[in-house]
Amino acid sequence: MEPMGKVLAISPEKCTGCRLCELVCSVFHDGMSNPARSRIKIVKWESEGLYIPMSCQQCQDAPCLIVCPVKAISRDEKLSRVMVNHNICIGCRSCVTVCPFGAMGFNVIDRKNFKCDLCDGDPQCVRFCEIKAVDYVDADRVSIAKKKAAAEKITAAQRQAVALESESH
Amino acid sequence: MALNRKIAYIDLSTGKIEIKPIPIDVRRKFLGGRGLDAYLLYNHTEKGIDPLGPKNTIMVSGGILTATLASATARTHVMAKSPLGGMLGSCNMGGFFAPELAWAGFHHLVIKGKAEKPVYLWIHNGKIEIRDAKNLWGKTVTETQWAIREELGDDDIKSLVIGPAGENLVRFANVMTGIKNSGGRTGMGAVMGSKNLKAIAARGTMDIKIAYPKEALEYNKRFIDQITSAKVNQTQGTLGTPFIWGATNSWGGVRCRNFQYNQELYCDEIEPEAIDEACAETMGPYHMAGCFGCQVHCRAKYKIPTGPYAGVYDEGPEYTSQGAFCSEPDCRSLETLLVGNHLVDQYGMDNLETGSIISWAMELYELGILTSKETDGLDLRFGNDEALLEMVKRICFRKGWLGDTLAEGGVIASEKIGKNSFDYLIQVKGMSNLHSDERATPALALNIATSSRGSDHLRSRPAIDLYHLPVEVMRKIYSNPVPYDGPLSSEHTEYIGKPWQVFWHENCYMGVDCLGICKYHTTFLGATLPNFEDWSKVIYYNTGLEFTPREIWDSAERCNMIERLFNLREGLTREDLKKGDMLNHRYFDEPCRRGAPDVVGRVIDREKFKKMVDEFYEYKGLDKNGVPKPETLKRLGLEKEPSHLL
Repeated sequence: MEPMGKVLAISPEKCTGCRLCELVCSVFHDGMSNPARSRIKIVKWESEGLYIPMSCQQCQDAPCLIVCPVKAISRDEKLSRVMVNHNICIGCRSCVTVCPFGAMGFNVIDRKNFKCDLCDGDPQCVRFCEIKAVDYVDADRVSIAKKKAAAEKITAAQRQAVALESESH
Repeated sequence: MALNRKIAYIDLSTGKIEIKPIPIDVRRKFLGGRGLDAYLLYNHTEKGIDPLGPKNTIMVSGGILTATLASATARTHVMAKSPLGGMLGSCNMGGFFAPELAWAGFHHLVIKGKAEKPVYLWIHNGKIEIRDAKNLWGKTVTETQWAIREELGDDDIKSLVIGPAGENLVRFANVMTGIKNSGGRTGMGAVMGSKNLKAIAARGTMDIKIAYPKEALEYNKRFIDQITSAKVNQTQGTLGTPFIWGATNSWGGVRCRNFQYNQELYCDEIEPEAIDEACAETMGPYHMAGCFGCQVHCRAKYKIPTGPYAGVYDEGPEYTSQGAFCSEPDCRSLETLLVGNHLVDQYGMDNLETGSIISWAMELYELGILTSKETDGLDLRFGNDEALLEMVKRICFRKGWLGDTLAEGGVIASEKIGKNSFDYLIQVKGMSNLHSDERATPALALNIATSSRGSDHLRSRPAIDLYHLPVEVMRKIYSNPVPYDGPLSSEHTEYIGKPWQVFWHENCYMGVDCLGICKYHTTFLGATLPNFEDWSKVIYYNTGLEFTPREIWDSAERCNMIERLFNLREGLTREDLKKGDMLNHRYFDEPCRRGAPDVVGRVIDREKFKKMVDEFYEYKGLDKNGVPKPETLKRLGLEKEPSHLL
């Protein structure tokens, strides 16, 4: 079977906290500037300079999908995402309660839940994030940056070990 | 939509709050942000009022494009009569406050009177409440913000606050938001303090409808690509504004030891690369932060690496702090820079004014005009890092004779100190100059002399004049949206063509401040960045309002004229050293001692300077005294001011 679906890859350490992703998300989906409508949110610890982008992880075994009493939530395997059918949704907010990431939002104006739909394969948060704190990558690449960083540490340690050894001789 | 954001009038003496819409015809004339604030200031204050009395009115605003997709619509503007110079008071800051205010339903606040005891405003989805600030009084800038969040139980609240400096009515106290976003220069924090107004907290979830979302998104994307491809912004996004220091110091444009030298030598420790390294060391390789929606992200995050403040988190330091805590007082330690920056951030005090005024006092101390009697034993010589930081504290808390005196700002302090102390004060309209030295750059000298809020680099500075752009490129920039076929010169030491450049930038930056965007997104440091023509599109896509580039120019010119009318009402006369469009004699009399070969020995030529001012006045439609001609007021539709439309 062919591998399918890219994933949203978030690198919190790169995030500058500007929240342009929140703005473009709400404008793209609803035509409104309003972070309360954004599918992505930058959670901040300002006194330490920490900014963490939070969005739907499009879980394989999604708690929101399991808990939904009317089966309004389903997986779209083509884009590897979890989708809500608002024709079926009864607005009970069970999905909001169970999501471990707080990624299911509830719109205070339209009184409907909402979540990241990966903009049908062209996530606007990624498109506008110049520093790529939010990226959209093939699933097999999602851990590559971490692998490299860890590998770098190992090579540095190895070099140090070699240097120490040659010094002691 | 953006245009349905309201204006609120808040009387702190009576507790009365009135909310009104902003009519479109007023928008067309004064746009929003600083321009509309200037109109409101002229209409809501009387001549000669005490800036720290209840009759002063303070305006807080976002621009016409705040929280839209115009690119970095983060700027908050605050305006009142200045307690520093008694002229126009105005400050503009980045961060996240203005967008939050807009999502809470408002573009403009007009705050009058004085509360009986400390209060703060709580603005939430169309409603405004005056709340007790007893528990906030005495708190620092960040303590205040976190305490408000805790009290109201919402971490997403954004607040404009004052620190101890504002409470103590230091005449150059800031309005602050976030860790270090500073509404600096003309003491707007002291005006808030004088009204017992500790903070303005906002939080909103109200929709701002974008008129043409698809076009606005695509335009924003192009805008970002354009902005992030500009080399100046890439550098800015890595080193922050300190990169300007290295570039300016190299040719001799940095003010040292108050005004004795124009270049700092042996200063590796405070070079931008060294600051960048220190930030990276404590915060990791990605240590830059951005204001709302901005892809330039010029704000560095750091933890103080050494000394008694080791481990303390702050942001910056900006270019201005390098001058304030390094070149002007002649200190060269990274730790002093980072600590000084942290102190003024937490006290809510203008870094630039603080550094400048202490350096002035240092020169007076060196000359014997001030002695250890006035300094209460403090050895206030140049290069004394400890004395510098101690003086920062004394000013904020008005401790000792000198601390209390300097807290009054340069002009009042010079009257108290007496002798010829005023001769050494580098200021215009009561406001100290940035740590830049304009003796080799006539365009920049004209800019600081004629700027509406005093010696200021953000009102009309043609910074790109230093790039030696080919005349044809300059012609392309400066002939739009109004034709200009007069002389232009690529040479930054020249006088010809400069008045038009200053006039053009004055209108350009007014446009920026009315739109609520950042100057790094226009023809300020980058010659290829957007201005009037792009703004006409971006206003249309986001608000649906149609403006030609020329109409935006006209509105900007009108807003600048309102600021001038205010200053004239407060006593502006052309050559008055305290209230005029005039520079300290040192610019004309003391030659530059250091710098590039074409800089050493330079002074501003008095006669040529006069001619530049004449020409600048002509472009603005002023007579030889700097007063608008009747036909100018008629052309700009200002002949009936104050017109009380709002």
